[in-house]
Amino acid sequence: MEFGIVELSRLQFAMTAMYHFLFVPLTLGLSILVAIMETVYVMTNRPIWRQMTKFWATLFGINFVLGVATGITMEFQFGMNWSYYSHYVGDIFGAPLAIEGLMPFFLEATFVGLMFFGWDKMSKVAHLVVTWLVAIGSNFSALWILIANGWMQNPVGAEFNPMTMRMEMSDFFEVLFNDVAQAKFVHTVSAGYVTASVFVLGVSAWYMLRARHTELARRSITVAAVFGLASAFSVVLLGDESGYSATHSQKMKLAAIEGMWHTEPAPAPFTVFGFPDQQARETHYAIHLPFMMGLIGTRSLTTEIPGIADLVASAETRIRSGLIAYDALMHVREARDAADPAVLATFEQHSADLGFAFLLRKYVDDPRTATEDQIKAAANDTVPTVWPLFWAFRFMVGLGFGFIATMAYFFWRASFRQMVCPRWALHLAVWMIPAPWIAAEMGWFVAEFGRQPWTVDGILPTAMSVSELSVTEVALTLAGFVTFYSVLFIIEMGLMLNYIRKGPFQDVDETEAWNARHKDRLAGRRNADAIATPAE
Amino acid sequence: MILSELLSYETLRVIWWLLLGVLLIGFALTDGFDMGVGALIPFVGRSDVERRVAINTVGPVWEGNQVWFILGGGAIFAAWPPLYAVSFSGFYLAMFVVLAAFIVRPVAFKYRSKRDAAAWRSAWDWALFASGAVPALLFGVAVGNVIQGVPFHFTDDLHSIYEGVWYAKFIGLLDPFSILAGVVSLAMLVMHGGAWLTLKTEGPVQRRARSIGSVAALVAVAAYVGAGVWLALGIEGFRIVGDYATGGPSNPLHFQVERSASWLSAYADRPWIAIAPALGILGGLLTFAGLRAGREVSTLLFSKLSILGVISSVGLTMFPFIMPSSSDPRSSLTVWNSSSSHLTLFIMLVCALIFMPLILAYTAWVYKVLWGKVTEADVTENSHSVY
Repeated sequence: MEFGIVELSRLQFAMTAMYHFLFVPLTLGLSILVAIMETVYVMTNRPIWRQMTKFWATLFGINFVLGVATGITMEFQFGMNWSYYSHYVGDIFGAPLAIEGLMPFFLEATFVGLMFFGWDKMSKVAHLVVTWLVAIGSNFSALWILIANGWMQNPVGAEFNPMTMRMEMSDFFEVLFNDVAQAKFVHTVSAGYVTASVFVLGVSAWYMLRARHTELARRSITVAAVFGLASAFSVVLLGDESGYSATHSQKMKLAAIEGMWHTEPAPAPFTVFGFPDQQARETHYAIHLPFMMGLIGTRSLTTEIPGIADLVASAETRIRSGLIAYDALMHVREARDAADPAVLATFEQHSADLGFAFLLRKYVDDPRTATEDQIKAAANDTVPTVWPLFWAFRFMVGLGFGFIATMAYFFWRASFRQMVCPRWALHLAVWMIPAPWIAAEMGWFVAEFGRQPWTVDGILPTAMSVSELSVTEVALTLAGFVTFYSVLFIIEMGLMLNYIRKGPFQDVDETEAWNARHKDRLAGRRNADAIATPAE
Repeated sequence: MILSELLSYETLRVIWWLLLGVLLIGFALTDGFDMGVGALIPFVGRSDVERRVAINTVGPVWEGNQVWFILGGGAIFAAWPPLYAVSFSGFYLAMFVVLAAFIVRPVAFKYRSKRDAAAWRSAWDWALFASGAVPALLFGVAVGNVIQGVPFHFTDDLHSIYEGVWYAKFIGLLDPFSILAGVVSLAMLVMHGGAWLTLKTEGPVQRRARSIGSVAALVAVAAYVGAGVWLALGIEGFRIVGDYATGGPSNPLHFQVERSASWLSAYADRPWIAIAPALGILGGLLTFAGLRAGREVSTLLFSKLSILGVISSVGLTMFPFIMPSSSDPRSSLTVWNSSSSHLTLFIMLVCALIFMPLILAYTAWVYKVLWGKVTEADVTENSHSVY
């Protein structure tokens, strides 16, 4: 690949976005887990639950700050590196980003300070409300961001305005209730819940292995396993919902993920394993599960899912239609208000395919002068590189099922085996910690790499979206981000590990005294119900 | 959406121009004192405890304050997409520096207290200093450039192109007038930080904040007046010529713009706008007097009024221009040609009307909970829970 401005900008965006998403999932999930723990504390008044709240909140805080800091880059990078994109779709895409700032982000950021500093400044219930507001704010942030992202995948509720040379919103509620966005939202927050559950489980398991802070660890494992099991089911089911909505909005992405080169008779089989070959348009050594793809993708036995070859053919048709739109647009742009109504009507008729004509910009300045070969090449460009999508997707799904199994196991241990876990299981839980992050990054990779060659599917090609910058400028900032983010990452990890090793350090005496009394009571009364110890 | 017809396109554009001002001013009033405190930290705190006192005055609120900055970015994106596209890509490297500052600052707040080593803490102190002072300066520099016009033009497709080679695009921002504008904003925010520390601290930290803050107030007023004189004598303005529609499509290329003798002709057309610079200067002088006299609540209020006056004077003087182009005046961005669509502006206004009052209400509640001075005893006794 030649590293021009487009590639560098993409690399920078991918890097900063994936880095941002190292912190987001833990924020989403841990905010809720901390709020749940604090709720138990307020309800039972047991100091151990306050200690748990404060301990996990400390780790939450270290993570949260980098999520916020790296999120700023995301909010500004569209204008910095993708200025034509910003002009072209800002009318629609900007709105959810601004609402995210107005509604949830302001909420979480204003209250997160009180969450850490307000313990002695307000009543227990008031503090609990503050903690929940932070959790709700974090999660609603994800909603608005995914409405914005969902629109890039499935651009509904908007049309092109030839007077302003950009897309403009025609129906806000279509943008809001875009089914792709809704499916993505629930899938993404569930992934965050799984991440936090695996994290809490793993860290607690590590304490159990060392026989440290076992009271805190046991209870944390229970909370994480219950919450994690529900979330792991949700993330897989809602992932399936995403796949289903991709069937009608992003057929090419779906076909690429499946390595489905040719349309198969319905219901199509699912390829579990194989080596996709872009040149030959076939998947070598493929192992198929009959019917599965048809069932997942269409939830029917009779609907066909189009293969890549057919989709390329239909892209070619749309490029030709887009050229008609482009030609009409050039006339309308010159004539402005005086445009011939017939030309305007032609434009309206073909404007949905305008973006396909822009694919030719890669080859010629004026798409109307493109040769037949260039049109064919542009149609071929609509196929993303298949093998990374194919593999990343399977890796993610495999991990997803792994989370269900792990959480189910610990749920069973916590519920029916008095929380006694064999050492191998605890070791496994510790080693599992990085897995949800890998799965989440793979998921984003599939969603965004699979969208190529478009920034907005079918509307605006990536190559056209970039700012008019020099390679030097983007190379400089890319190098800056890499250096800067690496240093922050090392510091972050260092602090996280440091605080995990240190263990809970707030309210230690009070909690230990209570734990000791609690144990005495349980010992004094054989078969005593652990729940029955009075709160103090 | 018939509802959106309730307000004309022209009215919505003016409202969103005002809201742009509200966001900038909201940012300067809240995050402004965070930046000011950051810039003051090495000077108001000699010992670690003193520095921690200063840091903890903003400790619980900087996160919320910083959202004004992020919301500003989001709102410009949603309501003024061409402005977002042109300015963020045009000031590319300067934006990167600002971003870096806004990434380092939260991390510095949060991580400084996590280790006791003196070198660790002193490194974060300087990070706080730089991440407060550098953006405070650069925001003014950016305004200085916008006032003089920025060298960009649009292609027929509305691709925006900022002229010049990359290093000239960055270094070129630092012309004398823009540096003066940068001094205004830096001094103003240091003054504001000083006023905040006066309210929230006592003893030596407060004493130093008062004396540095009062000097900063004088510098800010002097530099602001100097910039005004410069504007009157040496800088051309812009004006729209020919017929134009204030409610037409947002396309800068549909307008004709030329240079005018001076921006200050706005004061002949709309004399009432003189209230803004008057407020800026008077507020600055009263802040100076308040800091000298050791008044606390009223001084912070005067500092806020001064910032309100200074920022709104820029907008009111340039109206309807938002970002004029020096190299191709007809590409200039104005209130009438660089907004979102009628529908988007309307929807965003509804959202703003719902959420802005809520934001102001709960922000006020948080400040009320945190009311009172941060003392050395506070930070030493609660080492676990404060910064």
